Amino acid sequence: MSDATPTPTAAPERTQLPAQSPPVDPAETAVAGDKAASRGRLSWWRGENGDGAKRNLGLIGVLAALILVGAVTKPDLYDDPTWVWNNILAILQLASVVGVVTVGMTFVIIGGGIDLSVGAIVALAGVWCTTVATQSYGAAGMIFTAIVVGICVGLVNGVLISYGRLVPFIATLAMLVAARGLAASISNKQTQVSSSTFINDIAARKVLGIPILVYILGAVVVAGWILLNRTTFGRRTIAVGGNPEAARLAGINVRRHTMLLYALSGLCCGIAAIMLTSQATSAQAAMANLYELDAIAAAIIGGTLLSGGRGTIVGSLLGVIIFATITNLFAINGLSIEAQNMVKGGIIVAAVLVQQFQFKSFTRLLARNRLTTTT
Amino acid sequence: MAQSEENAATEPTAAGADAPLIEAPADTVAGEVVLRLTDVVKTFPGVRALDGVQLEVRAGEVHCLLGQNGAGKSTLIKVLAGVHQPDSGEVEWRGEPVTFANPQAAMRAGIATIYQELDLVEDLSVAENAFLGHEHRSFGFVRRGRMARHTRQILGRLGHGEIPPGRMVRALPAAGKQIVSMARALSHEARLIIMDEPSAVLAHDEVGNLFRIIRELTAQGIAVIYISHRLEEIREIGDRVTVLKDGRTTAANLPARDTPTRDLVSRMTGRTIEYVFPDRPTDDTVGAELLQVEGLTRPGEFADVSLDVRAGEIVGIAGLVGSGRSELLETIYGARIAEAGSVRMDGRVLRPGVGAAVRAGMGMAPEERKSQALLLGEPIYRNVTLATFGRYARLGFTDAAKERAEADRIAESLELRPRDVGRPVRTLSGGNQQKVVVGRWLLGGTKLLLLDEPTRGVDVGARAELYQVIRALAAQGVGVLLVSSEVPEVLGLADRVLVMREGRVVREAPAGELDENTVLDLVMAGSLMEGAPA
Repeated sequence: MSDATPTPTAAPERTQLPAQSPPVDPAETAVAGDKAASRGRLSWWRGENGDGAKRNLGLIGVLAALILVGAVTKPDLYDDPTWVWNNILAILQLASVVGVVTVGMTFVIIGGGIDLSVGAIVALAGVWCTTVATQSYGAAGMIFTAIVVGICVGLVNGVLISYGRLVPFIATLAMLVAARGLAASISNKQTQVSSSTFINDIAARKVLGIPILVYILGAVVVAGWILLNRTTFGRRTIAVGGNPEAARLAGINVRRHTMLLYALSGLCCGIAAIMLTSQATSAQAAMANLYELDAIAAAIIGGTLLSGGRGTIVGSLLGVIIFATITNLFAINGLSIEAQNMVKGGIIVAAVLVQQFQFKSFTRLLARNRLTTTT
Repeated sequence: MAQSEENAATEPTAAGADAPLIEAPADTVAGEVVLRLTDVVKTFPGVRALDGVQLEVRAGEVHCLLGQNGAGKSTLIKVLAGVHQPDSGEVEWRGEPVTFANPQAAMRAGIATIYQELDLVEDLSVAENAFLGHEHRSFGFVRRGRMARHTRQILGRLGHGEIPPGRMVRALPAAGKQIVSMARALSHEARLIIMDEPSAVLAHDEVGNLFRIIRELTAQGIAVIYISHRLEEIREIGDRVTVLKDGRTTAANLPARDTPTRDLVSRMTGRTIEYVFPDRPTDDTVGAELLQVEGLTRPGEFADVSLDVRAGEIVGIAGLVGSGRSELLETIYGARIAEAGSVRMDGRVLRPGVGAAVRAGMGMAPEERKSQALLLGEPIYRNVTLATFGRYARLGFTDAAKERAEADRIAESLELRPRDVGRPVRTLSGGNQQKVVVGRWLLGGTKLLLLDEPTRGVDVGARAELYQVIRALAAQGVGVLLVSSEVPEVLGLADRVLVMREGRVVREAPAGELDENTVLDLVMAGSLMEGAPA
């Protein structure tokens, strides 16, 4: 700050402080802009904060260890490179549907909430888009229906939580029960076969040797990453989850944003419903069972803080892929689902323990700082 | 510290900061000394909360602690309750030097603390609360009958045998809850009970009952440390008074009943730390009417408040915690909804809601920096642009480079340390965190800045810098509405001062026409003058 020379009233906006919309020297801004831009470029891929990237490296380490276990237990898999490639694609395809749901879930959790109803929304959207009436409008009608149903159910969750002030856990638990009930009543508890070849081809077809489902997952992940790290929506999500009071006092409409987060989760469920319907060429009320647990677990393993404010899309994707790899590992070794579930449970606990350890040192710091202000 | 009782006088020497520590002979109280603090020091990063505290408490007396906000009373209580451990100095308890490692240790030794926010479990019964953590039990089973009998006996001692031990605490009124807190203290066989503003939660007639209980306790030889802002109460219930200022004891063991009020007040004021306030502009820079508040009311918080702020003007509100000042600020900002009255910016009535206030050009730095203003784990620049990132965005895509450049500019002008805006905010000191919060509103056309306790937990150097920033903003034509419990701050910084007490504006005047003692008198209830043999 330069010396404060008492400015005459004639030009009050040119004191030592930056004026509100300052006529700054253009050369100066250019330099500052360049500096910031170069820093921006460096951190482009990791989303500003080095913290998340470090944690994601840990997840890649876990993934590498799982692949190593696969290589040791089933060495003949690596005899033929095409088998390896096919196995990778199998894992990604396995991860695709839950992966899409997890992206939406990650937003909700970063925003300080939880969505237990995702599996039920997938089932409801799947059933609704495969009714005889909907199918008469063709593939476009089915896709439209699934997505609109997903968004609407998500909006109901959001309205209940942000304007009805229900606890997210309760509101989405109720939706879990109700949406499956509605799905069962629409489908009359029957499996509804999809007669649209366009829909059924989504899961069956490959483009350039890669299943379309994997492309969809990729597109949703990229869109989610951009949304979280490069848009005002993402910034608001982090602010609302990290400190809702600070967000509110900074003029952010916390309630509306919370509502939109659940709608986003519903949208992801709608997309997942089409993918799952395509995979099974049918839909029924019991589909996507326990997807909420898979999605929450993947997000948490990926480093998303359950209390909100922190999380990465890449981490969540890695979490989903780790789960899919474990499933794959057990399948190629011919081991039981039961053993597989036990290992998954262990991994969830381990991930949360590690996270808590990191978090504890952080809260201790907070607590220490807080004491200084209450003198 | 010289303990000579001879040179001490009931009438203190010349009031002022440089006067030596005064001590009065304590012949009014006969009991033995149970607690003696000598040169107790407690520092937190950046703040010297206790800086040589002396305190002597005798059995069977009511010892009052007096001091302004930030004088170190709460820290002192926490040291006695075992929450904090002193850095140096001696705490002598019943003749032996002690340090309490934790609150349980203090409790076991016989020191009980009744905090302002009572720490009761609402959904347990009276008896369960009284014996929380040390229930009567055998073989792992709680002896409910014995506990109830014991609780009834304690309540009887407190003169409230009518409270059923089985009643849920939730169902009790505030006064009843306070009695349960005291019952808990007695269940621990406490020899010293510390009461932090016990009358603050009570209605007027309930205070008399509280005093009756305190007298019964002291008659049983229990010592009481009583903290209150209300001087009339201290005169009524207190035996001796110790005054704290800036973490130091400035007067010890004054007789509570007949020490003149002006001496007490002057011991609480008069700075040892001199704050450097920027000069007020000599020419009349105050501009057009910016904010007009008329008849704003929220029942139980404040009533019928009218004020106005002009462009380029700093208006200060002085008042204690609980006088409704923070609530008033939040209501003006739209974060609380007023029951009656209106808020106008530039002559237009504001719709309720923070969004409308921000769009109209208001910005607020709330009281609790960490819990209300900052995303501690996020980088500095994102905190600086928390209210404005949408304006730098194009089609919903944020422009991180622009935000960093703007934050860099703010960091530069506020002399933020460290200057690197990519660091998480939690790594900054309190003063620099506050600069981030204030800096947030330097971006994007803020016309009126609401500051709630802007220098709480901020060290002296950073304070002076913040004052410069606020004054410079005003010189740019920004209106500032400032709330602070530190009277010198309000007087030194503001152009015009409003004094609030119990939800009402009791005085409005240019800062030059008020002095610290006058404001303190107004702030601490007009009754200050009553009963004072001044």
